Amino acid sequence: MTDTAATDTPRSFQEIILRLQSYWASKGCAIMQPYDMEVGAGTFHPATTLRSLGSRPWAAAYVQPSRRPTDGRYGENPNRLQHYYQYQVLIKPSPPDLQNLYLGSLQAIGIDLAMHDIRFVEDDWESPTLGAWGLGWEVWCDGMEVSQFTYFQQVGGHDCHPVSGELTYGLERLAMYVLGIDHVMDMPFNDPSAPIPLSYGDVFRQTEEEYSRHNFDAAETEMLLRHFEDAEAECQRLLAEPHDDPRTGKRIVLAHPAYDQCIKASHLFNLLDARGVISVTERQAYIGRVRALAKLCADAFVATEAGGWVPEATPA
Amino acid sequence: MPDLLLELFSEEIPARMQAKAAEDLRRLLTDALVEAGLTYASAGAYATPRRLTLAIEGLTAESPTVTEERRGPRTDAPEQALEGFLRATGLTKDQLEARDDKKGQVWFASITKPGRPAADIIAEAVPRLIRDFPWPKSMRWGTGSLRWVRPLHSILCILTTEAGAEVVPFEVDGIVAGDTTEGHRFMAPGRFAVSSFEDYEKKLKAAKVVLSSEARADAIWHDATTLAFAAGLEVVEDKALLAEVAGLVEWPVVLMGEIGEDFLHLPAEVLQTSMREHQKFFSVKNSATGRIERFVTVANRETADHGVTILAGNQKVLSARLSDARFFWENDLRVAKAGMGAWLDALKSVTFERRLGTLAERVERIARLSREIAPLVGADGEAAETAARIAKADLSSEMVFEFPELQGVMGRYYAEAAGHPLEIAAVAEEHYRPLGPSDAVPTAPLSVAVALAEKIDTLTGFWAIDEKPTGSKDPFALRRAALGIIRILLENGLTLRLDRFIDSALLLHKIALSRPKVGDDVIDTLEEIVEEIADRGVFGAAFRAVIDRLEKRGDTPDLSDGSVLRTVGDLVPDLSTDLLAFFHDRLKVYLRGEGIGHDVIDAALSKPPVDDLALVAARARALSEFLKTPDGENLVQGYRRAANILSQAEEKDGVEYRFGADPKFAESDEERALFAALDTATTGIGPALDQGDFAGAMARMAALRAPIDAFFEAVQVNAENQVVRRNRLNLLHQIVETCGRVADLGRLEG
Repeated sequence: MTDTAATDTPRSFQEIILRLQSYWASKGCAIMQPYDMEVGAGTFHPATTLRSLGSRPWAAAYVQPSRRPTDGRYGENPNRLQHYYQYQVLIKPSPPDLQNLYLGSLQAIGIDLAMHDIRFVEDDWESPTLGAWGLGWEVWCDGMEVSQFTYFQQVGGHDCHPVSGELTYGLERLAMYVLGIDHVMDMPFNDPSAPIPLSYGDVFRQTEEEYSRHNFDAAETEMLLRHFEDAEAECQRLLAEPHDDPRTGKRIVLAHPAYDQCIKASHLFNLLDARGVISVTERQAYIGRVRALAKLCADAFVATEAGGWVPEATPA
Repeated sequence: MPDLLLELFSEEIPARMQAKAAEDLRRLLTDALVEAGLTYASAGAYATPRRLTLAIEGLTAESPTVTEERRGPRTDAPEQALEGFLRATGLTKDQLEARDDKKGQVWFASITKPGRPAADIIAEAVPRLIRDFPWPKSMRWGTGSLRWVRPLHSILCILTTEAGAEVVPFEVDGIVAGDTTEGHRFMAPGRFAVSSFEDYEKKLKAAKVVLSSEARADAIWHDATTLAFAAGLEVVEDKALLAEVAGLVEWPVVLMGEIGEDFLHLPAEVLQTSMREHQKFFSVKNSATGRIERFVTVANRETADHGVTILAGNQKVLSARLSDARFFWENDLRVAKAGMGAWLDALKSVTFERRLGTLAERVERIARLSREIAPLVGADGEAAETAARIAKADLSSEMVFEFPELQGVMGRYYAEAAGHPLEIAAVAEEHYRPLGPSDAVPTAPLSVAVALAEKIDTLTGFWAIDEKPTGSKDPFALRRAALGIIRILLENGLTLRLDRFIDSALLLHKIALSRPKVGDDVIDTLEEIVEEIADRGVFGAAFRAVIDRLEKRGDTPDLSDGSVLRTVGDLVPDLSTDLLAFFHDRLKVYLRGEGIGHDVIDAALSKPPVDDLALVAARARALSEFLKTPDGENLVQGYRRAANILSQAEEKDGVEYRFGADPKFAESDEERALFAALDTATTGIGPALDQGDFAGAMARMAALRAPIDAFFEAVQVNAENQVVRRNRLNLLHQIVETCGRVADLGRLEG
């Protein structure tokens, strides 16, 4: 890694996102779009969870809107949001120069490595709901955590072979640091000199209020509990379907549709947690139920072609 | 003699693992080399965030040739036996030698294993060591199967002699050993070759890497204290943090920054904890005011602006963190000033342990017990109860939720804010103490009362649900709790009988555990027994008294087999005895630490009351000291002489001599002198014991030795006259009994 001259400083939140997109595109990642469901973190996107399984190489990067209902602060806290963006990179197998590739991405968004103190501080990652863990670091820039850097060891109860390298950037926090902003709502979302300049607050203050009220007080818990049960049952039912599709006669494993239900169950659990209706003891049990679904989905995915399953050679 | 240099270069190694890994590397590789027949003069291991390094000096160039002689079959043994022997040794028949042996002529083989060059041995040992390295947690990466703490990138392995350096050739999972390494990731990128350890260390330094973690820690501490001193301030010492920070940098650059004006009013502990836990900052305090005013952070590089940007960034992060802390502090103060009622309510929904109920219930039990203990430790009962009730209120506070390690510390601040007197507020912090074997014990009577109650409640609770420590497993830190009680009692010199409190605390747990299963009448009866224990001191008597009272009232309680009363009545004394024995075990460990022999402690433990641990310890210490004096020898010898003859006679006669001896049957002067001496001793021992003067009491016992010796010289115990004989044996019994009033001397060894 060389101390090259800094790229000019970006001017807006979206410019940071765009620069990350083009940087990782230039490094050969497929730039994917956010998953169209409510998730707690970018890791839940099937492009990470499922694609980290099996033997097939993979390289993807994407923005993922993420929801943490308990973190809602009605838009008042300078850095806490119930809805925020993560930037996620997953490369399988992890390339030997992944640390340098990562540092290049910091330069790309205007962090001059010659002027800042970048550190890799031990932080092992574990997702009890996904049955996943890995070793790695949180990356510090001048004492602030700007990313998570993880080598996946296990996902959905399966050992990862080969190992994927995962990078997760908390976009708001990183952008606030790069742009020198103290309160997230004050951050320019688009270019401040645009005809219609918009701040993060213009875009999200109202939704933070609405969702904070919804998550803490308004969400109907009876219904959420019911939906949790439904999602769980549907996930299990889909995976119990035979692999051979009666209509087409093809082998079609319902791994992704089932995984959607697992994601749903996970988000419903988060909402129930925010509503405060889950006791400490129950909490573990719910997490265990979601993990059981994640494991079933992982089992199903590795039985698909994308998951590395190879059809048995048919006799000539 | 060659020197070996090995460097394993990887991505960032967790700071907490570096020191042990370096030491493991040194130990495992030197062991392997020695095992293979090499010797060395010295070995030094080093760690930075990105490398483990081992430098071995004065290694032998090759292992010695070893000749081994093996005995084979007899020369006249069947052909197959000889063939087998040739196969095993890899020799031919003409290489064998026939020699005469006790059993006839035998084939001997002489097998020579030639020495091997050090490089070959190293090339075999290092890959094995890498594959089996004992990391606490390791990982795979990419497509490989090798495990290391983080991806391993390169291996430097050279043997240096006067002729120059040579790479030791080997390969591990595609990584080929070479003679190059890298310097600082940002300040000196690029690889370079090295030719010896000196060269390596020098080039690393030029490439902005300080190899030795001690040197990095020293530099950090030196620079930090210098910066602080120049500002008229002082760095708060934190050795663990220093070691950790030294493991996070290869080129430490110390920077001192200001804490925003808005945060300086936060309690010092909050600033310190927040800065240490989140940012790994050292606290810098104003020694005059005790306030934390600045911080020291350690960067891993120099910059053109001398760290201005880095410091500004760190300051900004700190402000965000401290804003959170201030937010918690201000919210908490509001609740505290309102009397902390909301927190106490919240404890009702926090589980202490599944079977042992909520924290609110635990607080209730501790309060009750504190009130009972208080008068015995010089505290006011009511104040102790109040203090106990609020001592755990801070567990519901936002600050403690964020920083669990501040429990108690915050409790004290909040209790003061709630308007409680200082000594009551202090209990919140001090009742957890001692936190470990080196932590100070509380001394203020109120804190002592609640600290004892808190620990007794813990121990009896886990005893009541049968969760005792086993072997190395002690998940609830019960040994620590018992040792805490022992230290509080001993270090404060508190003579206090534990039985009563163990019994009532056990019973309180049993009441809580039984509540869902039985009617109110049974609970009422059990509660009555708790009250009664306070008067009677032990469970058994209290239990009996309450049952009698009920029976007199015509309220005959259900005591049938399997009834709750019966079960509790049977179980509490057993658990209580068992728990007291646990205390005795911990006391033994503690006193052995003072150099007191286990036999001495056993001797002291054989004299009731044994539930007064300070008294037991005082007796054991006095005995141990006394045994080191000439009088100690006299005491033991006098005792033994009397006890031996007495027990021989008792065994032979099948009776115990327990009657008082009478001087009127004495026949000789020596016998009469012994009676007189015994009389004098007894008169002195009583008052000495009452005053806790065990040494004085034992000195008086020891004074009996001369008259005892004289007695045995002059007198035949086994006299013809049976009256005289019995009288003498009874006299011996009196001596044995008198000498055993501090401790059972029969337990002493050798």
